[in-house]
Amino acid sequence: MTAPFVADVLGPRGRRLTLIASVISGVLIVAALVVAYNRLSARGQLDASRWDPFTQWPVWRFLLLGLVTTVRVAMIAMAGAILVGALMALARLSRTRPLRWAGAAYVEFFRGVPLVLLVFFSYLGLPRYGVEISAFSALTLALIIYNGAVLGEIFRAGILSLDRGQSEAAYSLGMTYWQSMLLVIIPQAARRMVPAIVSQLVTLLKDTSLGAAIGFEELLRRARITGEFFINPLQALVVAAAIYVVVNFTLSRVARRLELRQRRRYQAGKIAVAGIEDLAVLQAQGPAEPVEAPRAVSA
Amino acid sequence: MDVITGNLDVYLQGMRRTAELSLSSFAMALVLGILVAAMRVSPVPPLRWAAATYVELVRNTPLLVLMFLFVFGFPSLGFTYSFYTSAIVVLTAYTGTFVAETVRSGINAVAKGQVEAARSIGLTFPGLLRIVVMPQALRTVVAPLGGIFIALLKNSSLAVVIAVPELTAAADRVGTASARFIPAYLGAAAAYLMLTIPSGVAVGWLERKVAIKR
Amino acid sequence: MPETKGRKRGWSFLPLLLALTMVAAACGDGDGADQAQDTTPTTAVPVPQFAAGTTMAALQQKGKIIVGTKFDQPGLGQKNPVNNQVEGFDVEIAKLIAVGIFGGTPETLGNKIEFIESTTPNREIFIENGTADIIVATYTINDARKQRIDFAGPYYIAGQDILVKTNDNSIRGVNDLAGKQVCSVRNSTPAANLERVAPQAQLTLFDQYSDCVSALRDGRVQAVSTDNSILLGFVHASPTEFKIVGNKFTDEPYGIGLKRGDTAFRTFINDRLEEIYRDGSWARAFGATLGRLGIPTPTPPAVDRYA
Repeated sequence: MTAPFVADVLGPRGRRLTLIASVISGVLIVAALVVAYNRLSARGQLDASRWDPFTQWPVWRFLLLGLVTTVRVAMIAMAGAILVGALMALARLSRTRPLRWAGAAYVEFFRGVPLVLLVFFSYLGLPRYGVEISAFSALTLALIIYNGAVLGEIFRAGILSLDRGQSEAAYSLGMTYWQSMLLVIIPQAARRMVPAIVSQLVTLLKDTSLGAAIGFEELLRRARITGEFFINPLQALVVAAAIYVVVNFTLSRVARRLELRQRRRYQAGKIAVAGIEDLAVLQAQGPAEPVEAPRAVSA
Repeated sequence: MDVITGNLDVYLQGMRRTAELSLSSFAMALVLGILVAAMRVSPVPPLRWAAATYVELVRNTPLLVLMFLFVFGFPSLGFTYSFYTSAIVVLTAYTGTFVAETVRSGINAVAKGQVEAARSIGLTFPGLLRIVVMPQALRTVVAPLGGIFIALLKNSSLAVVIAVPELTAAADRVGTASARFIPAYLGAAAAYLMLTIPSGVAVGWLERKVAIKR
Repeated sequence: MPETKGRKRGWSFLPLLLALTMVAAACGDGDGADQAQDTTPTTAVPVPQFAAGTTMAALQQKGKIIVGTKFDQPGLGQKNPVNNQVEGFDVEIAKLIAVGIFGGTPETLGNKIEFIESTTPNREIFIENGTADIIVATYTINDARKQRIDFAGPYYIAGQDILVKTNDNSIRGVNDLAGKQVCSVRNSTPAANLERVAPQAQLTLFDQYSDCVSALRDGRVQAVSTDNSILLGFVHASPTEFKIVGNKFTDEPYGIGLKRGDTAFRTFINDRLEEIYRDGSWARAFGATLGRLGIPTPTPPAVDRYA
């Protein structure tokens, strides 16, 4: 957790006030929890009968296989999105104007549209063109298209965050544009972008839950099915939420450690891309020393 | 494209709903996020703990799960709100976590010397936050906050699963009734772009206006 | 110091979760060996021959039929997380039809039949897009739908009724719905009927009936209205909470949705339906599913071979 934000050690008055505030807030929090507990058990939500299904292995297997499906979709989508994102970033940074426009148009369009719309479009709209598409493919396709746009922006920000000196030095050695890209720029930029990519993976994992809206049996849908079958929707959703929190929290910690390691080893600056929610979290967990405020790359 | 033009009123109504949802949720999320960020950097341990737990729990849960939890699970705690209100509450709570983290990074970016100077003239913790730190922190993070607003505009589309008649629901209605999904969804996409792109421009303008000239 | 604490906490979860999911993946999805069976042995149907070019022949060639059904309607089509199988009357009818294509018995079908979830608004779309070969999902036959798809059957006649909380006596019939919040499903016949016969009622529309039941339980709506067969499933699951008003105000013939214009397929399914009416499989299927909810087995309805 973050260290307390005080410039000095607190004096006696400060310590006293802090103690009073701690006691009051502590009591309030405990009181709120007690009230919640009572209300839940009054409505029978803490009854064993509602929680019993989660002591049976088959039910856990059903849910965990949903998690496996979720992870599988996320992995495939991430791989595809990295490809698409790389292409988009290169297009936007290229010297041919039509390519730049095409890249910008793609990114602007797909970043401005909700993901759920893309999912519906893939699943319900594409078949009109004769494309046979399963719920799995529709979800994965929508995720790739959308995250390709997002990653494209991240990659572009990563490449732009490199010191200009690098490309200038490469040119001075006589390298062509592409040689400098492939040999100098991209390898360095790639290293910087890893924490952002892992952070985006967290968002991706959360976004797979949209499959529930088209009946795809990932974790959320399976939790809903469980809740409908055993008539314990709240309990099933809580269990599903717990699983999501555990997985995403762990991934976020990994992203954070990667970023710290980068900062220490490579003196790499932060990559800020506007509108990426989980990146905001990544940047918030900064060290105690002041760092330059993130300069956002506007889309 | 007659599917779209024939149903323009449905789309416009959905757009209005979406805009209402997003603006109200964002306003409240700003307040909530700033409060939570203040709690996270405060010297009072229970406040820090509560804020951190809230942020980590809510932001690591998919928005769809939160929507379902609130609408179908929370009435057991005694809160039963209309679907529209529920959508606002959930969107506020979810977006609030990202606002909190962004503001926190803004706070961390304020030079330590500012805080030391504030303490040296005798400002208390709430005072130094209000007068010295927050104004600087907030001006630094206008761009990320704008991005969060745009993300919220898109996230509001998830309210379709809890029967809120916003823009995606409108497109769905048009599509299912006419069986012509492609124009219906394209219409919705265009409508969302009409909301997100101007917002992006507005955010850029705002950022330039309040930027701290160093 | 906070770093090390976080690291230990974070890392310890990941290997545990990974291990669990690997075990789960290794075990594979449920095998569904334990299904509700009736004890009368069914005689195996020999594999029939179909004329080339018919949908039946194509399905035989493909080796599998994809059936759209409901996953959340007790007694009719509901997914059981314990054995990962869909169970219910619609499911059994679909299996009996599949037996007419692939031969054998409903128990030996294995992966020749695949069930996907078709929610109420998606049913026509799945047929038109080819996402499903047939839809057996509490699918009411009506003229509007006949513009987009064809129906075989009906194989059961339900009726629209109203579900309320046990202690609510203010709603006795469809006329009492004025001014009340009534829940149904988007793009369904019950919703359309409600707009017609109870225009003063305030309609709340969801994607699934189970969401409506949750809303009723939480007091967000005062009534849920749809086919009585669907409502009975929910009453059976929570007998002390809900009751059916018991005043059906429409007739809902359930049919099997298939591609429009596929007359050969429609004739085949109608023939097969009449066959299972005759040999008692229909009655057995009913008894094993809806019958357990306390509905006495009716006589099967006559199929409508409309031109």
